[in-house]
Amino acid sequence: MMLLQTQNLSAFYGDFQALFGIDLQVEEGETVAVIGANGAGKTTLLRAIAGALETAPEAVIFGGQPIGHKTPHEIVRLGIAMVPEGRRLFPSLSVEENLLLGTHSERSGPWNLKRVYELFPRIFELRRLPAPSLSGGQQQMAAVGRALMSNPRLLLCDELSLGLAPVVIRDIYETLGSITAEGTAIILVEQDINRALDASSRFYCLQEGRLALTAPTKNFDRAAITAAYFGL
Amino acid sequence: MQSVHVERATKTSRVFAVFAALLLAALVAMPWWGDAGDMRLVGEMAYYLALAQLWNLLAGYAGLVSVGQQAYVGLGGYALFYLTGEWNTNVYVALLLAGPFAGLMSIPVSFAVFRLRGAYFAVGTWVVSEVFALFASLIAVLGAGSGLSLTPAILREVSSHRDVRDAILYLLSLAIAVLVFAIVYVLLRSRHGLALTAIRDSEPASASLGVNTFRTKFIVYIVTAACTGLIGGLIFLQKLRISPEAGFSINDWTVVVIFMVVIGGIGTLEGPFIGMLIYFVLRELLADYGTIYLMLMGAIAIAVMLKAPFGLWGWVIQRYDLQLFPVGRRLMLAASEGPFKD
Amino acid sequence: MDWINILIQGGLLGGFYALFAIGLSMSFGIMRLVNIAHGDLIVLSAYVALLATWYTGFDPFLSLIIVLPIMFVLGYALQRGLLNQTLAGGLLPPLLVTFGISIIIQNGLLQAFGAYDHRLQEGQIETASLKFPGGLSVGVYPLVVFAVATFAIACLQLLFYRTRLGRAFRAVSDDADTAELMGIDNRKLYAVALGIAMIFTALAGVLFGIRTIFAPLSGPIRLILAFEAVIIGGLGSLWGTLVGGVALGLAQAIGAALDPTWQILAGHLAFLAILIVRPSGLFPRTRD
Repeated sequence: MMLLQTQNLSAFYGDFQALFGIDLQVEEGETVAVIGANGAGKTTLLRAIAGALETAPEAVIFGGQPIGHKTPHEIVRLGIAMVPEGRRLFPSLSVEENLLLGTHSERSGPWNLKRVYELFPRIFELRRLPAPSLSGGQQQMAAVGRALMSNPRLLLCDELSLGLAPVVIRDIYETLGSITAEGTAIILVEQDINRALDASSRFYCLQEGRLALTAPTKNFDRAAITAAYFGL
Repeated sequence: MQSVHVERATKTSRVFAVFAALLLAALVAMPWWGDAGDMRLVGEMAYYLALAQLWNLLAGYAGLVSVGQQAYVGLGGYALFYLTGEWNTNVYVALLLAGPFAGLMSIPVSFAVFRLRGAYFAVGTWVVSEVFALFASLIAVLGAGSGLSLTPAILREVSSHRDVRDAILYLLSLAIAVLVFAIVYVLLRSRHGLALTAIRDSEPASASLGVNTFRTKFIVYIVTAACTGLIGGLIFLQKLRISPEAGFSINDWTVVVIFMVVIGGIGTLEGPFIGMLIYFVLRELLADYGTIYLMLMGAIAIAVMLKAPFGLWGWVIQRYDLQLFPVGRRLMLAASEGPFKD
Repeated sequence: MDWINILIQGGLLGGFYALFAIGLSMSFGIMRLVNIAHGDLIVLSAYVALLATWYTGFDPFLSLIIVLPIMFVLGYALQRGLLNQTLAGGLLPPLLVTFGISIIIQNGLLQAFGAYDHRLQEGQIETASLKFPGGLSVGVYPLVVFAVATFAIACLQLLFYRTRLGRAFRAVSDDADTAELMGIDNRKLYAVALGIAMIFTALAGVLFGIRTIFAPLSGPIRLILAFEAVIIGGLGSLWGTLVGGVALGLAQAIGAALDPTWQILAGHLAFLAILIVRPSGLFPRTRD
């Protein structure tokens, strides 16, 4: 069943057009990568799906329903959760309070505090500390945990690897398996294409707001991807 | 290579300039064709227009939303009364000094209020005005709570004949309105004006481009205060009496002015004119209804802010791209590609 | 000894000012909205209580049962219906809309009640005082109000730090965009926030209306006092606001002791002094 589908999705910041007619699909439980250079429109795409940007109602279809016109909080309640670029944990809240924030959408499912701590044992000891006192990698784990707490059917991950050391990135990517094991679909937005491609079954490459290339990742020619990435 | 030049005026603004000149001539001639009542009304319209232009400059261009400009109206008025009453200064000289006095007082005020931003700045300016009002009500030589009156002798310095006096005061109002408008217009056409428009559009962006936002705002604040003080002197010269409540009245000198600017179109030169006209029409229409008209004004201001935040003129600009007072700069390309605006 | 009594009286006045300030503080902390009509809402609450006492025969304390829920609903409706629409437009819309609301409330009250002074009568407690050895005398009513203010702030702290709703408030205050992306309905939350703020505002209005006369145009000075308490105490800290209120009350008491007509002015001057010398206030906490 097609979980998410965008149809001719265009998005604007005021007069500036950031996305030009993007068609994208994600199946239940699938992991899909969205790659592209800085400014290609990847974050804009995620924000449009999450409802933070206004789009035509039919431009985004989730579980068969048009959601383009819905507000972000309505969309979270339908089962899409975001791990924002740069983590964006709430600085006034402790780690655990940040995680609990994820429950405001009141969705039920396998994810709760206990399971999130099992997935990310390292943040369990730090749970009472203010969020800003964690390292980048720990914050990223907390941000993922916070999104999981809303028991999403689709997880939007915006640049998980941003500013993190390779070892830390590897640890985080290793947890993705447990997430998809629960049946959650993931859209991975990354500038670092190798990690994203290794973790996903299909990819979309954006270039200046347009879809440059899309294909299954298995055995795909990396040179062709590089060419699409840079618009060559 | 195309040649490029910068154009200031548009066809509309040239036509409008002619019309405006004719209107001004008619108004200047009013002492000969109008009566005292007409002159009082138009005089009032003139000084309110001046106050509105100044508040628009402050809030719409410099981003300084002050809810305390009534402080300078009161300071100017009291300066006039004090100088003529206690120091026997000639009334015209006193009027000329009222402005600079208010301007001077605005300097220490700015040290305090410029620490605040946004809405906090607004309330801070209000507090400052209250402080001045309280001082005025406590100082005996300023008449304390009951205020001061102008003696007939002082009035005779303006002129010994009532009709001539009315005409002089009227023409002074007109002159001040034109002067203030000229100052604002010249300022906006200058480099400072370009800086202000940039600040109006985006303060962080303009700061990052090297516009000295603090100094620009500081200068605007002081100039506005001085002009407001001058107007205050004239207003109370006409009213013959000043008291802390009247001199520093937020309702009379700020609420009405803000209403005019907001309804007319904030951040535009044309806006205050329109807002001023609308206010006076409303006031005449609702004169019999007492406080209801103030409530209506409040409701209209709210509606405009929510539905048309750039006011009536802002709406016109969006629809028709008109500009009557040419302060913009149009980049003209020699080839027929059409003008690029600003 | 007289000086000590004066200072105590001034300090206790801070309890009133802190109560005034809570609503303003919450509005700004959570919605980044400075409500120019805040003072008028304080006065409106007093008038609602007046009506309640007229129609039910309750005394002002008891009338709170009626007044507080009414003002909660009013705050919720105001935010949901009107103020939420101003939040996206930058600085001017919220300022001018609340300014417009202020004008409407003032003139509406003038129409309804006329330009007369009114007071809420609570009876004996208004003038009762506790006497201590050495000539020390403390008014019972100001003491009660100070205790109420302290209790109110303690309750709010509990709300913010121990409840789910409070967590949502803090998150929205930190980062409204991300809060919405986490499933929080910002618009509804803001409405609840103003509703709660109005409960404290109404409490302030009624309690102060017992102590001092009020009239339709008494709003602005209350807004200014609330504002001064918040700024002196430092943005973002409720306990700081209590200290700010006390500081303001003390400044006023000292001014009044020198000359009764200098009371309010002394407060203003203290405020301006803090603004020049230590603009972030005594206990600043807000990140902007």
